[in-house]
Amino acid sequence: MAWIDLQNDLPGIRGPMIYRPDTGAILNDLAEALLHDENNSLSRGDREMIGAYVSSENDCFFCQNVHGAMAQHYYGSDMPFIDGIKKDFHSADISEKLKTLLAIAGSVQKGGKNVTEEQIGEAKKAGATDREIHDTVLIAAAFCMFNRYVDGLNTWAPKDRQVYVDRAPMRAREGYSQAGLVK
Amino acid sequence: MPYIKVDETLPGIRSLMAFRPETAEPLGALAEILLRDKTDLSPADRELIATYVSYLNECFYCHHSHGEIAACYLDDDRDLVNAVRRNYMEAPISEKLKSLLQIAGKVQKSGKSVLPQDIENARQQGASDRDIHDTVLIAAAFCLFNRYVDGLASVAPQDLSTYAPRARQIVENGYGPHIYSKVQPV
Repeated sequence: MAWIDLQNDLPGIRGPMIYRPDTGAILNDLAEALLHDENNSLSRGDREMIGAYVSSENDCFFCQNVHGAMAQHYYGSDMPFIDGIKKDFHSADISEKLKTLLAIAGSVQKGGKNVTEEQIGEAKKAGATDREIHDTVLIAAAFCMFNRYVDGLNTWAPKDRQVYVDRAPMRAREGYSQAGLVK
Repeated sequence: MPYIKVDETLPGIRSLMAFRPETAEPLGALAEILLRDKTDLSPADRELIATYVSYLNECFYCHHSHGEIAACYLDDDRDLVNAVRRNYMEAPISEKLKSLLQIAGKVQKSGKSVLPQDIENARQQGASDRDIHDTVLIAAAFCLFNRYVDGLASVAPQDLSTYAPRARQIVENGYGPHIYSKVQPV
């Protein structure tokens, strides 16, 4: 049960986004720009994976499953593959570049000052552009907000992980928007 | 030195917003709605919550920027702002704001750190559902802003006297793309 009366019974972040729709719409715009916008050299799958990884580090069940399922959808993979990246991305079958970006995201999760020049150097060596590094840091930072919003208000989350997988194709098709919250 | 090539004449988050206007748009709108909304919590209360969370996150640029904006709303009472940073329980602020700062401090650690007694305490001091919602989201948003600013090693001016003109600009004109697209106030 959420700490406050959200006046709806939607799960996770959808509850408070509907409770206060003017902030909800802006948060959706941010998610759309970071995760779904096509004008990005990072794939949608990689951007969702960064969000899922940070959410996993923050132990946010709802967010890590929503965005893990999104990455799974874009990658055309299965759940164990996504869980493997969350658990130990170093030994996962992903590009070197994504590994360096996940390392940066993991540092951001702990605190902005944890990102090191060495980590940035590794990412650039693996081919990451300034814009990709920027987006990685901002996605990781944004999930430090989303995760706290979801858990700081004690929202509820479906326990069945398949629920998240089933919703992912619709979200991938339609993107993030306030109107999409109630579908 | 910032980790990416930004306009170094712009300080802190302003340089990052100018680098990527597409994401600057929702970030500016979020700050505007969360910090300048006058429903229940005053802009001064909202800026104090932002300052406190930024201080806990040790984000020099953000805690000085928002501390200065809070001072603008509080007739330049920087002693009060400093008292909130260092030990809000002893600061000359309402019991309600103390109870909301307690929630904000928990959110800074993690969402799950907020306990039923934190919420109960806030309610006893007169906090509404909306106050609690806004406090959690302001605190969460500053866990974003602080990480964005420090995670890319953006430039934080060390001369504290430069923060006041930017604070006045925000108090007068609000948050939004103008904070990086216009000539910086001095």
